[in-house]
Amino acid sequence: MEALVATAIGALTAAGVYLILRLRSFAVVLGMTMLTYAINVFLFTSGRLVINQPPILRDHSGNITGYTDPLPQALVLTAIVISFGMTAVVVMMALGAFIEGGDDYINMPEEDRNMPPLLTVEAEEESEIAGQTKGGSA
Amino acid sequence: MNHWIIAPVLLPALFGALIILWMRHDLLLQRTFGIIGSLFLLGTAIYLNVLAAGGEVQVYRLGNWAAPFGIVLMLDRLSAMMLLLTGFLATVVQLYAFGSGWDRKGWHFHALWMFQLMGLNGAFLTGDAFNLFVFFEVLLIASYGLMIHGGGPMRLRAGVQYISYNLAGSTLFLAALGAIYASTGTLNMADLAQRVAALPPDDTGLLRVGAVLLLIVFGVKAALVPLHFWLPSTYANAPGPSSALFAVMSKVGIYAIIRFFTLIFPNDSVVEHLATNLLLPAALATLLLGQLGVYGTRSLTRLAAYAAIGSIGTLTIAIARFDETGLTAGMYYLIHSTLAAGALFLVVDMIAARRGGDVWIRLRPTFPNTGLLSVLFFATAIAVVGLPPLSGFIGKLLVMQATADDAWMPWIWAIILITSLIALVAFGRAGSTLFWKSHELDPEPDNDTDEGPRPKPGPILHKLETDEHIQDVDDSASPALAFTSVGLLLAGLVALTIFAGPVTDYLARTAAQLHDIDSYIQPVLHQQEDTK
Repeated sequence: MEALVATAIGALTAAGVYLILRLRSFAVVLGMTMLTYAINVFLFTSGRLVINQPPILRDHSGNITGYTDPLPQALVLTAIVISFGMTAVVVMMALGAFIEGGDDYINMPEEDRNMPPLLTVEAEEESEIAGQTKGGSA
Repeated sequence: MNHWIIAPVLLPALFGALIILWMRHDLLLQRTFGIIGSLFLLGTAIYLNVLAAGGEVQVYRLGNWAAPFGIVLMLDRLSAMMLLLTGFLATVVQLYAFGSGWDRKGWHFHALWMFQLMGLNGAFLTGDAFNLFVFFEVLLIASYGLMIHGGGPMRLRAGVQYISYNLAGSTLFLAALGAIYASTGTLNMADLAQRVAALPPDDTGLLRVGAVLLLIVFGVKAALVPLHFWLPSTYANAPGPSSALFAVMSKVGIYAIIRFFTLIFPNDSVVEHLATNLLLPAALATLLLGQLGVYGTRSLTRLAAYAAIGSIGTLTIAIARFDETGLTAGMYYLIHSTLAAGALFLVVDMIAARRGGDVWIRLRPTFPNTGLLSVLFFATAIAVVGLPPLSGFIGKLLVMQATADDAWMPWIWAIILITSLIALVAFGRAGSTLFWKSHELDPEPDNDTDEGPRPKPGPILHKLETDEHIQDVDDSASPALAFTSVGLLLAGLVALTIFAGPVTDYLARTAAQLHDIDSYIQPVLHQQEDTK
């Protein structure tokens, strides 16, 4: 069973990482979801894999019998809630960026990188002189 | 058990909820309650500093449950200092948000502000690794809202990058916690410290993986090279006051590194010198890349963002040693760089707003308040670059002093000094383009009478392409309040310079407390007679 769980975590992680590295927001959201699933299963196994045992320390009669570690289950519960919330936020932001920006690319568009033309006093004067001579000759 | 310890977490949660429930349509009420909340937090932080200055680590047990199972909040000098820094920065920057009118450009600014403070304070106070993760998420989810406040396609795009990067970081954080839990069976920090120290040295593979993953996660939060890619676009596109508050957010990563690698994984423990060996090269690369970015960029907001990366590098160089002088210098530079980066982001925002949203460093006709703004830009540039007389100079001196006997000393000193020069040139160039040469573009003042030919009009400038992500100055805004807020941040820097002696003494005691691990473990695990 250990091999099965480990393979599942590995496959989910690999798929998630591959999708995150894509440049479109839908793929990234999908990859993020897969990665959180992988991490949730991993967290779950961090308390050791135990079958058919309750996540409590005692049974009804008060005897200590076999048990599953309850803490990872609580951690996973919190992690699931948080990752749901985060997925909702990233979906909303991606939608907003898609609607406002016109495409769903993750990387920044050209305008963010290219500076508008430089203005220098000399350039302005030159363009003015050019304009005046043009005006004079006409 | 002093109940004020939980106030910095509960109060902002309460205020944020009240603001969002009852006053979402009334900006004046929101502002009033927002500033009352921030002032209250500042007051609480001052009180908690007095409490922590006694030297004893204070424990707050939620629901009075016994420690390794119950959740605890811990207050020591370091967390008290971070609370005070956050409280001061948040209050002052909030004044700027009123003054610049940023808080009316979208909804729920003040509620998000409060939730962000809740996350920050919680992360500084918590004594439980999993709760650190939870508070990280709280502060991140509020920061996503603050980052895209005001909207616009560019800001939303940068927001998607920011959130994706941080979500990946959060999953790594959970993986690290899983690995650490699997090898130790606890997530309480004090308990972890004990158990990690007691672990047999040949059975630490998983724990080492957890420690490295943690270092990566905190490196992402602190924007250490090569994990810094989210920062420039995020800080450059976020609203001015949000970026200023984020100056303390990137310090959460540094705080967590200090906490984990002094308490749980100290240098002589199972992970040996892992943190030092990884952090020092990363810090040097961060400093170099940050200051080169300051030099290379043509955008004013990116200039500030890269300056923030550079300052992270400088302070991490000092932290990476994890000895007392290094931590003292690092914490001093941490306070300085937070205030200086906050001031720089605010000044840059004011300049950009007055230039009609043009953030490029190029000639533009002069704008209102040029004189005052040029003075403020000059002062913040001095602070950020680390020239005397402001605290950046003292901070860099302390960092260099702390690394004087390091094997890497020539490299460290050379990089600190050379990058300071690079940043100086970059700031000088930006300042002279923005303020000095821009005067030459202005039309001559029209002094002539009507007799002679009228002086020819100044060069016709390209029509202002207003970037949509930064709007014009709001008419209803109050510049006086905005200037006051920047003035207060600079006053904080001046105070840090004047009281450098007492402050470093205090920080030296803080560093000593960080190394006295027993003083942290004792109150949590061994003094719990009254608990359930």
